[in-house]
Amino acid sequence: METLELTQEEQFQARIDADVRIEPKDWMPDAYRKTLIRQISQHAHSELVGMLPEGNWITRAPSLKRKSILLAKVQDEAGHGLYLYSAAETLGASRDQMLADLHSGKAKYSSIFNYPTLSWADMGCVGWLVDGAAILNQVPLCRTSYGPYARAMVRVCKEESFHQRQGFEIMQTLCEGSPEQKAMAQEGLNRWWWPTLMMFGPKDSESPNTEQSMKWRIKRFTNDELRQKFVDMMVPQAEFLGLTVPDPNLKWNEAKQGYDFGDVDWEEFWNVVKGNGMCNQERLQARVQAHEEGAWVREAALAHAEKRKQREAALVAA
Amino acid sequence: MTDSPMPTQATPAPTPETQANLFAFVLQLADTSLILAHRLSEWCGHGPILEQDLAMANIALDLLGEARSYYQYAAELEGKGRTEDDLAYLRSAVEYRNPLLVEQPNGDFAGTIVRQFIYDCFHYHLLLQLQSGPDAQLAAIAEKSVKEAAYHIKWSAEWVIRLGDGTEESRRRVEKAIENLWRYSGELTTPSATEKALQAAGFVPDYAAIQQQIDAHVTRVFEEATLPVPQGVFMQKGGKDGRHSEHLGYLLAELQYLQRTYPGLQW
Amino acid sequence: MSQKEWPLWEVFIRSKQGLDHKHVGSLHAADAEMAIQNARDVYTRRLEGVSIWVVESKHVHASNPDDSAAFYEPANDKIYRHPTFYQVPDSIKHM
Repeated sequence: METLELTQEEQFQARIDADVRIEPKDWMPDAYRKTLIRQISQHAHSELVGMLPEGNWITRAPSLKRKSILLAKVQDEAGHGLYLYSAAETLGASRDQMLADLHSGKAKYSSIFNYPTLSWADMGCVGWLVDGAAILNQVPLCRTSYGPYARAMVRVCKEESFHQRQGFEIMQTLCEGSPEQKAMAQEGLNRWWWPTLMMFGPKDSESPNTEQSMKWRIKRFTNDELRQKFVDMMVPQAEFLGLTVPDPNLKWNEAKQGYDFGDVDWEEFWNVVKGNGMCNQERLQARVQAHEEGAWVREAALAHAEKRKQREAALVAA
Repeated sequence: MTDSPMPTQATPAPTPETQANLFAFVLQLADTSLILAHRLSEWCGHGPILEQDLAMANIALDLLGEARSYYQYAAELEGKGRTEDDLAYLRSAVEYRNPLLVEQPNGDFAGTIVRQFIYDCFHYHLLLQLQSGPDAQLAAIAEKSVKEAAYHIKWSAEWVIRLGDGTEESRRRVEKAIENLWRYSGELTTPSATEKALQAAGFVPDYAAIQQQIDAHVTRVFEEATLPVPQGVFMQKGGKDGRHSEHLGYLLAELQYLQRTYPGLQW
Repeated sequence: MSQKEWPLWEVFIRSKQGLDHKHVGSLHAADAEMAIQNARDVYTRRLEGVSIWVVESKHVHASNPDDSAAFYEPANDKIYRHPTFYQVPDSIKHM
C-alpha cells in the first residue's frame, strides 16, 4: 500500500517537473489539493474584498470618464474573484464553504485591502502600486502546475494590465496638475509604498511553505525575489512622476544591479495580518452583510427555479 | 459639426426654440442615465451574489456610457464650450432634470429591481422610437443604447418574476417596493413643457402610445410574477422640472465633491 | 448556512462565427436563463463571444484519467490516419 502511494506521488512530481499541467480529475496528493484550495480561495477572497477600497470612490470619481473606468475596473475584480472561485471549485471546494471561511475569519485575504482609501490619489496608488505588485505575483502563476488555476490566471493577467495603466495615468495626471494635486499624489505614495511592499509576504526566512510550493510549481518566485523586482521596477516610475519614494535607505546598488531598500515594518505587517489593520473589521463586516442581506434573494431565485421546473414537469406529464 | 447639421430634407431646420428644447431634452436624458447609473454603482461590491454584482455593474456602465453620449451632444447643441463634465459636475440639484424615480435610494435588492424595471420599460420603449426620430445624432445614440436597454429590461423583468413568484419573503419585499416606487412611474410618460414642445415639433414620440406599450409589457411580466398591477396610484412628479426629492442633493454632493472642492482642474 | 447554493454551470463560448464553442470556466446561477445572462456578464465583458452555451456541471460526464492509456494510446500507432503518412510524388499537385 505504502509503496504504491509513494509511486503515485513520485509520478505526480515527475509530471510537474516535466511541466505537464495537472487537471481536476488527475490524482494529486492531498496536501497539494489543500494547499491549492487555500491559495486560490485566498486569492479569490482578495479580489472580492479588494472591490471595497476602490468601490469607496466610484461615487466620488472626479469625471465621467474616471467614473466609467473605475467602475469597470472594480467590476473586473468581481470577475477575477469569480474565475478564481471557479478554479477552486474544480478541486472540490464549494463557493459557499469558501465564503463561510472568509466570513468566519478562518480564510485570509490580502492585507493590503485593510488600508483605507482616503483621497482620489489612492485610486492611482492602488492601480499603479497595488496592481503592479499583484501582477508580479500573478504573471508567473499563468504557468502554475494546476491547469484551471493557470487558465484563470491567464484571463486575470490579460485584464490586469489595464488596471495598472489606469492607475499610473491617474498618478501622472495628478503629478502634472496643480500643486494640490501633486501633493495629493505624494501623500498617497507615502501611505501606500510600505503596505505594498508587505504584499509579497514575510521574508523568505520566515515563509515556511515556500519550498514545498515552489517544488509543486504553485509558486514560482520567493517573496524576497518578487519584492526586489518590484522595487527595481517602481523606483524609476516614481522618478518619472517626480515623486519621492518614502524610504531614506533606498539606494542604487551597482554591484547587484538593483536597489537596496529599507526594512518593512514587520510589526505592522503581522498586526494587520492578525486583524488589527485600520479596516479589517469594516471590510469583513461589509462582506458578511452583503452575503446575509443577499440570502433571501438567492433563496427566492432557487425557489422560483424549482417552481418552474415542477410546472414544466406537470405539463409534460399531462 | 459639419455644415449641414440636420440631415433630412423632410424636416425643416429646427427653430432656435426647438434647438433650446432639444438641448434641455438631451440633458434630461443625460441626467436620468447618470443618476440611475450612480445609484446602481452604489451596489458595486455589495450585491447579493458575485454574478449579480457583475450584472448590475454592467448595466451601470451601459447607462454611464449613454449619459456621456447625451452630455457630449448636449454640450455641442448648447455651443457654449461646456464639456460633459461641466454639465454633470457643475449643475445644482434644481438644475438637474431627471425624473424622481431614478434618484430614489437603492433600498433592498427588490427596491433596486422594481426601480430598474419601471425605468427599463420606459427607457426601452422610448429608445425604440427615438432611433427613428428626425435628429440624426439622437437617433444614433438611441440605436446604440436600445440594444443595451433590451438586455436591461430582460434582466430586470426576470428578477421581478423571480421575486414575485419566489418565496414568501421575496414577494413581501417586492410588493413593498412596488408600493414605494409606483408613484414615480407616471412622471416618465407625463410630458414636461419641453417634451410637449418637442412632441409638437416631431422630435419626441407621443407618450400616450409609449404608455400603452409599457402597460402591455408590465402586465405581461407582472402576470408571470403573479403580482397585481397597481391601480389608481397618485403619481408624484417634479423632477423633470427641477423639483426633486431630498435624496438628489446628497447624491450630487457626493458625485460632485472633487470638482467642487478643486474647481477647474484636470483629473 | 442551511441554504442551498445556486447550481454550478459550465460555460462555453464561441469567440467568433466559424469557431467551436470553447470551455471558458464556470459560474453559479439559479436557472439556465440566468446562467446564460451571467455568462454574458462574466465572460464576455471584452467582446469575447458571439454565442454562449451553458451546461449544468452535474450533467458533464468526464473520462477518467486512469483510463487514459486505454483511451488515447491506441491512437498513437495509427499513423496511417494522418496525411503525412503517405508519400505523394512531387509532380502531383493539390493533394
